[in-house]
Amino acid sequence: MQQTRAVEIGTGLFVLLGMSALFFLTTQTTGGEKFSADETFEVQANFDNVGSLKPRAPVSMSGVTIGRVTDVSFDPVALQAKVMMIIDSRYEQIPDDSDASILTAGLLGSQYIGLQAGGSDTYLENGSEIYFTQSAIVLENLIGKFLVNSGSGGDE
Amino acid sequence: MRTLIRDLYNNLVEFVRTFGAFQLFFLRVLSHAPQMVFGRPGLVVKQIYNAGALSLVIIMVCGFFVGGVLGLQGYSNLARFNAADSVGALVALALIKELGPVITALLFAGRAGTALSSEIGLMKATDQLSAMEMMAVSPVKRVLVPRFLGGVVAMPLLVAIFTCIGLFGAHIVAVDLLSVDVGAFWQQMQLSVDMEDIQEGVLKSFVFGIVASLLAVWEGYNAIPTAEGVGRATTRTVVITAISVLILDFMITAVML
Repeated sequence: MQQTRAVEIGTGLFVLLGMSALFFLTTQTTGGEKFSADETFEVQANFDNVGSLKPRAPVSMSGVTIGRVTDVSFDPVALQAKVMMIIDSRYEQIPDDSDASILTAGLLGSQYIGLQAGGSDTYLENGSEIYFTQSAIVLENLIGKFLVNSGSGGDE
Repeated sequence: MRTLIRDLYNNLVEFVRTFGAFQLFFLRVLSHAPQMVFGRPGLVVKQIYNAGALSLVIIMVCGFFVGGVLGLQGYSNLARFNAADSVGALVALALIKELGPVITALLFAGRAGTALSSEIGLMKATDQLSAMEMMAVSPVKRVLVPRFLGGVVAMPLLVAIFTCIGLFGAHIVAVDLLSVDVGAFWQQMQLSVDMEDIQEGVLKSFVFGIVASLLAVWEGYNAIPTAEGVGRATTRTVVITAISVLILDFMITAVML
């Protein structure tokens, strides 16, 4: 009897320990910014270059995550990248002349979309498009520009 | 020359036969599993204790040092690229996706697998299994199934514990000894670890749990009932489990990518 009791307590402790370890892994090591909202609206934006932006990347405003990217595709008519994103319906008063830019979290971090508020009286709603966009910074282009500038600087 | 070809052929047929018998054995064990879980849960709990709780010490010590050495190596190599802050991401991904499941499975084979196969082999050598059959008790059901289930339940939990202790070890080495910023350590980890990575690790731990416990039980059950045969079965358990786990790990990773 005493023997079985010890085994049962040991097993119970082991299973509890394992469960809490699994819980720790799923909650503490994953997902920096989790975005979940009951109601969302969808907004479209076209970019010349999206860099390495991926679906599920966060959409943030003033550093707060308010939505996420749902789809990145190429628009063959406009010859631009078309990015669909959903935004939490709580934030329905975003001016429709706000501009979207693709930013990088840290030097080598993942890319996300940052919204900068505009001054319009009309707001973004389901299906509207953000017209003012700024492409991702491509490191090669930046280095290229830097080389050209420093080259011309040397001539003067 | 002809004997060589014939031997080769016979070996091949024998290999395929063993493989097929193993699959059938798996089905046979599975078919008895629900009855054991609901009918005699006490037996399963005893085996979870044997396979899981008794393996905790080796799992925790090894996990701590594996995490620690990943922290050391990760730090010294990433520091060359001024990316020492990413050591948290490196350690977490390596542990969750690969090293946690694989090393735990190998340790499990060494600690619990050998215990299972030598126990069952000895039961066979001392005619305990035959005695059960004489009493119309199926040894597969009464002896093998609870041991198999115990291993299958214990393995994912052991992997989770191993991974957590590993992260703890890496944290001590990287943050406390090498003074990586604690915020950067966790933030980089959380940015790069996705739910899918954890799912991959859990899937692997389930598969390895099934393979490791089934192989241990199978080898014990098919051991030649002599002292030497039991010893050989125990060795084969470790060797075959190690090979299968590493091959399966490669295959699962290739599929999941």
